[in-house]
Amino acid sequence: MGKLLATIAFGLTLGVSGLAMAEPLKIGMITTLSGGGAGLGVDARDGFMLAIKKAGDAEISVVVEDDAMKPEIAVQIADKMIQAEQVDVLTGIIWSNLAMAVVPNAVAQGKFYLSPNAGPSPLAGAKCDKNYFNVAYQNDNFHEAAGNYAQTQGIKKMFILAPNYPAGTDSLNGFKRFYKGELAGEVYTQLGQTDYAAEIAQIRASGADSVFFFLPGGMGIAFMKQYAQSGVGIPVMGPGFSFSQDVLGAIGDAAIGAKNTASWSPDLDNAANKAFVEAFKAEYNRLPSIYAAQAYDTANLLISAKAKASVKDADAFRAALKEAQFDTVRGKFKFNTNNHPIQDFYVREVYKDADGTLTNKIVGTSFTDHQDAYAAECKM
Amino acid sequence: MTRERLLTFALLAALLALPFAAQALGYPFYTTLATRMAILALAATGLNIALGLGGLVSFGHAAFFGIGGYAAGIVATHAMNAQPLLGLDIPASMPLVWLLAALSAGLVAAITGAISLRTSGVYFIMITLAFAQMIFYFAISWKAYGGEDGLSIALRNGFPGMNTAVPRDLFMIAFALLLAGLLIFWRVRVSRFGAALHAARQNELRVAAIGIEPFPIRLVAFVVSAMITAVAGAMFAELNRFASPSMLAWPMSGELIVLIILGGTGRLAGPVAGAMLYVMLEYWLGSITERWQFFLGLTLLGVVLFARGGIVGLVAGKARHG
Amino acid sequence: MPTALIIEQLLNGLQLGVMLFLMAAGLTLIFGVMGLINLAHGSLYMVGAFACAAVAAWTGSFWLGLVASLAAAAAAGAIVEVTVIRRLYDRDHLDQVLATFALILVFSEGTRWLFGSFPLYLDIPPALTGAVALPGGVFYPVYRLAIILVGLAVAVGLWLLISRTRLGMRIRAGESDREMIGALGVDIRTLYTVVFALGAALAGLAGALVGALQSVQVGMGEPVLILAFVVIVIGGIGSIKGAFLGALLVGVVDTMGRIFLPQLLAALLGPAPAASLGGALSSMLIYIVMAGILAFRPRGLFAAGA
Repeated sequence: MGKLLATIAFGLTLGVSGLAMAEPLKIGMITTLSGGGAGLGVDARDGFMLAIKKAGDAEISVVVEDDAMKPEIAVQIADKMIQAEQVDVLTGIIWSNLAMAVVPNAVAQGKFYLSPNAGPSPLAGAKCDKNYFNVAYQNDNFHEAAGNYAQTQGIKKMFILAPNYPAGTDSLNGFKRFYKGELAGEVYTQLGQTDYAAEIAQIRASGADSVFFFLPGGMGIAFMKQYAQSGVGIPVMGPGFSFSQDVLGAIGDAAIGAKNTASWSPDLDNAANKAFVEAFKAEYNRLPSIYAAQAYDTANLLISAKAKASVKDADAFRAALKEAQFDTVRGKFKFNTNNHPIQDFYVREVYKDADGTLTNKIVGTSFTDHQDAYAAECKM
Repeated sequence: MTRERLLTFALLAALLALPFAAQALGYPFYTTLATRMAILALAATGLNIALGLGGLVSFGHAAFFGIGGYAAGIVATHAMNAQPLLGLDIPASMPLVWLLAALSAGLVAAITGAISLRTSGVYFIMITLAFAQMIFYFAISWKAYGGEDGLSIALRNGFPGMNTAVPRDLFMIAFALLLAGLLIFWRVRVSRFGAALHAARQNELRVAAIGIEPFPIRLVAFVVSAMITAVAGAMFAELNRFASPSMLAWPMSGELIVLIILGGTGRLAGPVAGAMLYVMLEYWLGSITERWQFFLGLTLLGVVLFARGGIVGLVAGKARHG
Repeated sequence: MPTALIIEQLLNGLQLGVMLFLMAAGLTLIFGVMGLINLAHGSLYMVGAFACAAVAAWTGSFWLGLVASLAAAAAAGAIVEVTVIRRLYDRDHLDQVLATFALILVFSEGTRWLFGSFPLYLDIPPALTGAVALPGGVFYPVYRLAIILVGLAVAVGLWLLISRTRLGMRIRAGESDREMIGALGVDIRTLYTVVFALGAALAGLAGALVGALQSVQVGMGEPVLILAFVVIVIGGIGSIKGAFLGALLVGVVDTMGRIFLPQLLAALLGPAPAASLGGALSSMLIYIVMAGILAFRPRGLFAAGA
């Protein structure tokens, strides 16, 4: 019955659309809230909801559902949110393979999709869409920044490592796009692998000067702990995901000193970020991760667009999104021609803060105003 | 048996009515939900031939489901980009996809089945899992068709006289396929072949003694079962507009088994009842709590402990045989 | 190929093998004695890891955590046996599959409810940190050597338990004739609960030991569960000896395959195709081995009673 009333109310508001600038905005958030990958989704949801709460706009409503990290379930929820709950905007997906399943269908049905995390290369290039905005990064970016860092540091021999799946190959290709030194080894591990003794033995035998690895989630935790115990002293670096706030606690002191690259850091010096980190700590009693920061930005971008245009006027709303005039925690942010960010990438280092919590601090900049490698392929 | 037949008709009528009622009441999404039910019911009906009639507990049917999904994805991709497939220009046509899905899954089932059927019991469960895992790892490394990212279907394959982009048309196709699948299941069950299959399950020695070789009978059942599940997989990919390696992963095999047991093993209406209940639970629990898997687990536990013979067993009583 | 690398990989394979044995021993005992397929065995592994991490964080002692993991997993196993599993012994395998599949969902989400969504921290005890030099110029982590020793000790202990004690006698009797030992006055219900709790405790121990090396998170048990099933099927279900040898075989084949297969392919095909094909093939390797073994020995290598 409630749904029926909501539908009637919705029909009424449709009738009066155009009279007022302020239109209700209904957001559907599909993210991972159960299983092994839940930490990332929970952070994204919490960051997103924090911004919504701070905005205090009663006309914005958000429905959140768990995709259990399965593409079929994500597709089903997207269909439900579009057809049954009639959301205007979808967001929230963490994983590239789920984004590839959901985004093309959602934008084909005329909905907006704002990505708070995944940035698979097809969606940045040939399969880009005017209603798809990536507020996070293109998948290669963090790895490119790490490659650039290794190159500018003059590291001679790198050992590089990633899981054997598209994001893994994208990662190593992104790294190699900017790193031109010698490779002491390039290894693809099994997806979901948790024992890295064999790879660590190879690293020990390789004579590399430094190790770059991209192993998201539990894989990275396992690798770092085992690496620290192996007695192999070769320094490691990675993309920000490998040393993000959600996994640092589980890796422990083994992570201290590791360099990693990201577009954001909790100590990034701007007012919006300070406010965000404070508010997040106060609300959830933990430090935010990069996923929380990106989702927070995503929500604020939506809030800024809603203030300018009605979501029912797709062209105006799209233009408002594209302007990206919101208070980003990343200091500056703008969209490229393919609706992917042009932003700075920092080199961070893991350290123990005054409270004894492991976290990251910025120790350098890898790229300024960096854009992804696929924008030219995007014909919008 | 009449009660079971009545239940079958009632369930099918309810499933058929769901999209029309949904449309009338203004909940168009339920059409998609009903399509999902029909497709999963078809997949489980396929498995039910091997598992329910033949007693062959395959823990690897996800492989066939996934092969079907990839057939749909590959045909759609090639047709979309006008690339020839195996040197032939192909149309984006569903019947062609079904044919390809059934043939390739049938071939894989014939090869893996011939090896797997040398074993029995738990060994059979695990060897079918092993073959499915091999195909899963192959798919996630197969870069040409998306690897772990899966394969998007930008435009659904077509069906003569229908617009497959319209949810209700897609539902009607899926429903018709489900009816065909149930018909095949029923024909198999009442045929001499089905009797031999059943007898081989009950007492292998006695069947062998009267001159029937259990092996070829089981192999044929396994292949037919795989073919039906593959067609369902193709439709599943069409529905989601996406073929994913997770269709090939072992939890999918588990889910198909769960659908059958939930509905009633070896019963005609079992997969239909199981799929309808499972999809409804998933949908309903998912929208009320983020801990839906916890309550799904408790519900399944309740069914297995207190409703022996699944839903069909609960409503229509014990099966006459099996 | 340097000898040191080969020795190190063999040790790694051995370590993975004994860890799989801890899982597989319980699984194969439970199947052998009660005829039960327990998909939820991976959940007990997870329970052990979470209990160890929680207690270690609270008390600061890994060793207390290890004790807690045994206790928690055994307790969880006993509770599940008494409330759910006991009703499944006379059912067919299908009902057992569904019920234990449901238990996985309940355990996973229940654990997340209790401990939150983020992986827990569990580090190895200070006494076992670092690496030691072995003959042949091999550096090997002390902790992994300790896991190998614990695994071997458990294998010997289990063998003694089953072949030399009264409980072991009952277990063997239960494997060969369930009705008979009931008729002889053995309290079969208690025996089953004890066996189930024992298997659970071994899984919990494996979870805690490995949790210190990997990440303690929800869903950590399922990949190991599948491997453990592969092990017991290769070894022959119900056979502890088979589980032990199967575990070592899987551990060594998986580890060696992951390293040497891509290198072999690279030598044959060149680096680019070898990188992805090698990854795929080495992931498939243990399943190929298993299918090969079952094709020629349909009841595994050391089937009990076969």
